[in-house]
Amino acid sequence: MSTTTELQKDAGTAGTSEETLLELESMRVFYGAIEAIKGIDLTVRKGEIVALLGGNGAGKTTTLRTISGMLQPRHGQVLYRGERIDGIKSHELVQFGIGHVPEGRRVFSTMTVRENLEMGAYRFSSVDSAEMDRVFTLFPRLAERRSQQAGTLSGGEQQMLAIGRALMGKPELLLLDEPSMGLAPLIVQQIFEIIEEINKQGTTVLLVEQNATQALGLANRGYVLETGEVAMSGPAADLLADSRIREAYLGEGAA
Amino acid sequence: MSLQEFWDYLVLGVMLGSLYAVIAIGYTLVYGVLQLINFAHSEVFMLGAYGSLIVLQLVNPGDNPTAVASIGFVALAMAGSALFGGVTAYGLEKVAYRPLRRRGAPRLIFLITAIGASFFLYNLAGKLFGRDPLPLPEMYDNHNVFTIFGAGVNITQLLQFATAVVMMIGLDLVVNRTKLGKGIRAVAQDAEVAGLMGVDIDKVISRTFIIGGVLGGVAGFLFANLNQVSYTMGFIPGITAFAAAVVGGIGNIRGAMFGGILIGIVETMTVPLLGDEWRSVSAMVVLILVLMFRPMGILGERVGRAA
Repeated sequence: MSTTTELQKDAGTAGTSEETLLELESMRVFYGAIEAIKGIDLTVRKGEIVALLGGNGAGKTTTLRTISGMLQPRHGQVLYRGERIDGIKSHELVQFGIGHVPEGRRVFSTMTVRENLEMGAYRFSSVDSAEMDRVFTLFPRLAERRSQQAGTLSGGEQQMLAIGRALMGKPELLLLDEPSMGLAPLIVQQIFEIIEEINKQGTTVLLVEQNATQALGLANRGYVLETGEVAMSGPAADLLADSRIREAYLGEGAA
Repeated sequence: MSLQEFWDYLVLGVMLGSLYAVIAIGYTLVYGVLQLINFAHSEVFMLGAYGSLIVLQLVNPGDNPTAVASIGFVALAMAGSALFGGVTAYGLEKVAYRPLRRRGAPRLIFLITAIGASFFLYNLAGKLFGRDPLPLPEMYDNHNVFTIFGAGVNITQLLQFATAVVMMIGLDLVVNRTKLGKGIRAVAQDAEVAGLMGVDIDKVISRTFIIGGVLGGVAGFLFANLNQVSYTMGFIPGITAFAAAVVGGIGNIRGAMFGGILIGIVETMTVPLLGDEWRSVSAMVVLILVLMFRPMGILGERVGRAA
């Protein structure tokens, strides 16, 4: 059906290495009888920002949920540092250093900002105050509101909290599910700058977005999902330049 | 009703209410993590009472124990009830509810299972321990220790109230100050995300049942100490405490405490005003009124999944 187009060119971006962190091998995921992910291959190398793009129902969130153990693939496998991680429950998967910022933020609304961040560090025996200081430095807004209940924060602040909470678990790989959803452009800009900063500080990022321009502006490489399959993949710059992407996802009419 | 009578009944009401509060916490805790009304909780309460009875029959306090020995007997009875309550609740979760959770069963199935487990447990208790009510052996010489507003308070009542208050404070500390407590709150709000944070959901649910079971079991002992032990003793206090949990706002721990005390006072006050036969009726009237005007309960919030 849809032809997979490989835009093979050396990305040549700084900060990335050849070390593969995450690998999906012909992964297929079902909801009952419905096949949501129809066999995708995807790699994330250490230090990269990889964008996972596509419209509603393309399977982006399902992919992330499968990586972090909330869903199990029926075929294929998920490898992290060469080790199979599919079948491992999400609370155990945290120990591998995978952080997940879920779609819709899902902060613990009746807990304070501080308690939410402490929850992020649940896998450790104690909360690392240096890590919390780092989060507060990244997000000064959270520092001001640390004793406030998370439910009283604005959407942008909740997104910051959701990211900060995931960082408290000291992830090596951060899965971000539509961090720009429902936020004002100015806030989206801020969030993307922070994602870039987090990546510079050494965290690898797999970023799910509908906002393709902005995500590709940030990413080293990108994958475009269409109805559960990889329709295109390649270096971000090439995807940005590709006319089919421009038509389908960047809202530009046919040239 | 004279002023003196008012104080007498108020004191009694607060004492009874503290017991309802402790039982209500068991309902509310489990509801928080599973959105399940654990109707078998009344049987946890009943088996807690049998736990204390069994321990006391083993150690046999005899006549006129010394003060030190009395404290020991009370402590042992309490430990027995806590053990029975905790183990029953733990087993209930493991055997009855966990398999349903694995299969993603609908809520109604959980509810029916809870009612079935309740029937099973109290019939089992009737078969094992006999169907005649039994008093707890006397652990101490009961007499009035002091009076508040002219209302006398005896050792049994003091023991009941003090234990309930200590348990409530302890629980509040566990839930708000410990890592387990944070895990319980996180699972109650969004179990899936709690899992992403590294919270072992099964473990947290299991421990929540144990905590609720220990509280319920000890409440069973305290209740039996005022009345008697019987295999049917769980039903009425269980339903009343459930009403208290709903009145306070199910899922809200402080709400359960508040609801328990309120229902205890209303129930007890009904006795001099309308007569003993109206006790349980008044508790349910409070429930209905609260549900009519404030369906989320007095201290309740919208008990929602992720916002």
